[in-house]
Amino acid sequence: MELYLYIALFAPLVGSLYAALFGASPKSYHTGLIASGLLFTSLVSSAILLSYVMGGHTVHVELMTWMATGDLYIPFGFVVDQVSVVMMMVVTIVSTVVHVYSIGYMDHDKGFNRFFSYLSAFVFSMMVLVMSDNFAGLFIGWEGVGLCSWLLIGFWYHKESATWAANEAFIMNRIADLGMLIGIFLVYWNIGSLQYDVVFAEIHNLDQKVITWIGIFLFIGAMGKSAQFPLHPWLADAMEGPTPVSALIHAATMVTAGVYLVIRANPIYSEIPDVGYFIASLGAFVAMFAATMALVNRDMKRIIAYSTLSQLGYMFVAAGLGAYWVALFHLMAHAFFKALLFLGAGNVMHAMSDELDPVKMGGLYKVMKGTAILMILASVALAGIWPFAGFFSKDKILEVAFSSEHYILWGTLWITAGLTAFYSFRLIMLAFFGEERYKQYGFHPHEAYRFMLVVMSPLALLAVIAGWFEHDFVRLVTTLLPGFEFHTHHVELMLIGVTSLIAVGGIVTAILMYRNGPLSTKWEEHFCYKVLINQYYIPKLYNEIFTKPYGALSRFAWKEIDIRIVDATVDMIANAIYKTGENTRDIQNGNLSTMLRWMVIGLVVLLALAVAFTVGYNAIGA
Amino acid sequence: MEITLTHYLVLSTILFAIGLVGIMRRKNLLMLFFATEILLNATNIGFAAISHYLGDLSGQMFAFFIIAIAASEVAIGLGLLIVWYKRTGKIDLDLMTSMRG
Repeated sequence: MELYLYIALFAPLVGSLYAALFGASPKSYHTGLIASGLLFTSLVSSAILLSYVMGGHTVHVELMTWMATGDLYIPFGFVVDQVSVVMMMVVTIVSTVVHVYSIGYMDHDKGFNRFFSYLSAFVFSMMVLVMSDNFAGLFIGWEGVGLCSWLLIGFWYHKESATWAANEAFIMNRIADLGMLIGIFLVYWNIGSLQYDVVFAEIHNLDQKVITWIGIFLFIGAMGKSAQFPLHPWLADAMEGPTPVSALIHAATMVTAGVYLVIRANPIYSEIPDVGYFIASLGAFVAMFAATMALVNRDMKRIIAYSTLSQLGYMFVAAGLGAYWVALFHLMAHAFFKALLFLGAGNVMHAMSDELDPVKMGGLYKVMKGTAILMILASVALAGIWPFAGFFSKDKILEVAFSSEHYILWGTLWITAGLTAFYSFRLIMLAFFGEERYKQYGFHPHEAYRFMLVVMSPLALLAVIAGWFEHDFVRLVTTLLPGFEFHTHHVELMLIGVTSLIAVGGIVTAILMYRNGPLSTKWEEHFCYKVLINQYYIPKLYNEIFTKPYGALSRFAWKEIDIRIVDATVDMIANAIYKTGENTRDIQNGNLSTMLRWMVIGLVVLLALAVAFTVGYNAIGA
Repeated sequence: MEITLTHYLVLSTILFAIGLVGIMRRKNLLMLFFATEILLNATNIGFAAISHYLGDLSGQMFAFFIIAIAASEVAIGLGLLIVWYKRTGKIDLDLMTSMRG
C-alpha cells in the first residue's frame, strides 16, 4: 500500500517537472497529456487506497527525516486515513477532470506548457497538505498551494489586474499564515511535538486558555485560505486567473483547506466549544454576506466565487458546531458541483470571447445545449434540490444548526439557502434563456470541444449521485471523526420540507423575475443595489485604510529614507574613494625622484609615529 | 678636546642628512648611487661608534654586513645602469617615466 501512497503523492510532481522542462517552448500537446495521465494514475492509486481504508486499515509512512535538532524531530511523514483519503479522492478527481479540460481550454494560449507545470505543482502541494501526518508538513503544503495559487492567478502576467489580484491573494494569505504559524508554535511549545497523533492525544492535558489560543490562531490561518470575513476580498479578485484554475483551486480544493484544517484538528476544537461557536457564527455570517453580494453581481465568475464563499461559510458552521463529518461531506459534494459550475462558466467564456457579463448573453441554450444542461445540473445541486448532492449535505448542515439549538444560525442559513437558489438561477436565466441579447453586442457563440463536455460529465454524475452514499460516507469517516448526535428526528421531515421549500421558492422567483431578461436599470439607482455591487464598500475601505497609507509610507521610505539617507551614504563613501584616487594619482607619475621623496616623507611620518607612540607608552607605563 | 660619542653621532646625522637631500634632489642616477652610499656609511659610523661606546662588538659586525651588502648593491646597480645607458644614452631620472600610472 505504501507504493500506492507514494504514487498518489508524487505522480503530480513528476507531471509538473515534466511540463516544466518545456515551460519556455511553444505549446506541445504531450505536456498536457502526460500531466493528465499522471494525475489519472494518482487518482487510481487514491481509489485503491480508498478501498483499502474502507477495509478498516490506515497507511502511515515515514519517507525520511526532515528536521532533527535537539528535541525537535519532524519527519516527512504521510498518513492515509479516513479523512485524508476522502480529501485525496476529491483532489485527484477534480484535478484530473480540470487537467483534461484545460487541454481544450488553454488550446490557444502561449503558456500552455507552463500552465500544466503550475497546475500539477498545485496538485502535488495539495496532496502534501492533506496527506501530511504533522503540522509542519501541512504548513509546507499550505504554503505550496498558496504559491501555486499566486502563480496561477497571475498566469496572464501581462494583465495589470491579474498581477494585482495575485499579489492581493498572496498578501492576504500571508497575514493569515502568520496566525497559523503562531498556532503551530504554540502547539509545539506546549506539547513538544507536531505529529497529529501525539498532539491530539495530549491536547486535553493543556490549560483551557492555551487550547483556546491555539484554536484561535489556527483558525486565523484557516480564515485566510478559506477566504472568511474579513480576509475574503481576494477570492473574488482571484477570478482573474484562467477558469480551470478557478474551478480547481478557488472552488474545489485550496479554499477548502481551511475547513480541512478545522476538521483535522477536531480534537482541539472539541475542547473549546466557544471558539467553535464563534467559527460557526462567522461561517453563517459569511454565508449570508457572500450570498447577498452574489445577488446583483454582473460577472459570471464572481457570482460563482461568492457562491463558493457562501458555501465555505456553511462548512464552517458545521465544523464549528462539532459536526465534522457533515462539514467534510459538504466539502466533497461542493467540490464536485462547484468545479462543474466553473468549468461550465469557462465554456461560456470561451464562446463569448471572454465576455463575463450575463446580461450581455441570453438565449445561449440554443447554441450551447451541453454546457447549459451541465450548468443547470450543477446549479440545482448547489441550490440543494432532492436528490442532488447539495440537498443531502446542505440539509445536514441546517439540521446540525437546528439540533444544536442555534436557531439564529439556522435561520440565517435557511434564508441563505433561498438566496443561493435565487442567484444560481438568476445566472442560468440570464445566460441561457430569454432574449438573445448577445446578437446586439456582436458575439458569435459556439459550443466547446466535445471532449471538454465529456470530461465534465463525471463531475456532473458525482454532483447528482454523491449524496446517495451518505451512509457509507458516515460509516467511513466516523471511525476517525467524532459522530454527531442529532436530536431532530421528530422534526426532520419538516426541516427538510421547509428547506426545500425556500430553495424551490428561490428558483421559481429567479425564473419568474428574469424570464424576460434582466431587470430594468432603475434598480441600479437603489441604495441596496449600490451597496451590494460595491461589495459593501469593503474593498474600498481596505484601500483607504491599508493600501493608501501603506503606499504613502512606502513612497516616503523610498524617496526620503532610501534615496536621501541610505543611497546618499553609500554614494558618499564611493565618491570619497574616487576623489582620493583622483587626487593622489600624481604620486604615481613614474618619476623616480618624486617617488623617493614620497618615500622619505613616509619614513619621516613612520619615525614620528614611532617616537610619539614610544613617548605615549612610556607616559602611560609611568 | 676629546672626541666623544656625540661627535660621532652628529657626524653620522650630518652625513645622513646629506645623503637624504642627495636622494631627493639629484637627477643623475649615478649621483643617486653616491647618495645611497653616503646614507649607508652614515649608519655605519653610527653603528661603529655606539658599538665602541657600549663595548659590544655586534654593532661593528653589523657595519661589516652593511659594507658587504652595499658593495653587492652597487655592483648590481651599476650593472643595470650601464645597460640602461647603452640602451638610451641617458641616465636622467626625469626621463625614466615608463612606470607612469
